[in-house]
Amino acid sequence: MKRAAAIILIALAVEAAALAAEIPLAERKSGYDFMGPDSRAMQDDDTANPGMFWVLDGEALWKRKAGVADKSCADCHGDATTSMRGVAARYPAFDAARGRPVDLEQRINICRAERQNATPFSFESKELLALTAFIGRQSRGMPIEPASDDRIKPFLEAGRELFNRRQGQLNLSCSQCHDDNWGQKLAGAPIPQGHANGYPIYRLEWQTLGSLQRRLRNCLVGMRAESYPLGASEYVDLELYLMWRARGMKVETPAVRP
Amino acid sequence: MARALINVPPKAKRGEIIEIKALIQHEMETGFRVGTNGNMIPRDIITDFICKYNGEEIFRADLHPAISANPFFAFFTTATESGTISFEWVGDNGFAAAESATITVE
Repeated sequence: MKRAAAIILIALAVEAAALAAEIPLAERKSGYDFMGPDSRAMQDDDTANPGMFWVLDGEALWKRKAGVADKSCADCHGDATTSMRGVAARYPAFDAARGRPVDLEQRINICRAERQNATPFSFESKELLALTAFIGRQSRGMPIEPASDDRIKPFLEAGRELFNRRQGQLNLSCSQCHDDNWGQKLAGAPIPQGHANGYPIYRLEWQTLGSLQRRLRNCLVGMRAESYPLGASEYVDLELYLMWRARGMKVETPAVRP
Repeated sequence: MARALINVPPKAKRGEIIEIKALIQHEMETGFRVGTNGNMIPRDIITDFICKYNGEEIFRADLHPAISANPFFAFFTTATESGTISFEWVGDNGFAAAESATITVE
């Protein structure tokens, strides 16, 4: 009995330590704050931010009719500047039909398959990134407000568990870099806090726009862990936790990152 | 047609130094990369960028394979007279794009 109590105490202490490692709300910084002045200038000016090409392509796609239904996004949703305002700030959101949260890319493809009767876009395709960037752009400057109802909680907890789980040949967890060692250097580059407030991002290293899942895959490869296939539920859980972790921070889509 | 984003101040004082920015959508495929089938991906880059102020050339650049995708140029010129600032990009495989902006000099 005493032993069981001791184990529970240790478990509680470990949990407290894990919670203590979380970054206090007031100390959170966007990846933007870790960038140099040139990269910041690129993001700040819409005529210098290459991510705007995807936003413009997305705007064209928004109006283009597609699929057997011969409907465009605009036929149902109208003007995206009003109908899509704030949408990206609250995704991933719970989808009742699937019984689990879906991210913005998946939501676009669900609409495409079920409303337009068209073939869904593949992950990281130009079209899907363009529509995601265009919809994300409508929430720029708005605070991230993730869903927090009871239906979403188990998935949020799964995401948190994944964030804190050591994995891969390097035996690292996400939190060891992004909660415990942010602001330090990894090789020559600063380690950011890992907030997902600007996706899809134009990453200078990629020389193209990429989704949050691509970024997560990148981190997993860096940890020498096995990455999940794009669209996997593990990624969505992690995205959900990352959005919760960045709650209240401002959306910067399409952000520029080094 | 590739998209281009240009930034020219709409108004300037005579003799004022103005900044001009031009960004264009282009893959800038170097020709040194190997595709998933093991074959080299052929080079496809922009080779020339020319900017003209009322027909007179004020800036020119030769581009090479080491320049990043979506090349961005920012440079300065003196606002001399009202008129048009035109931009031209020329590249491999017959690539050609043009943009222009008007400026009022007071």
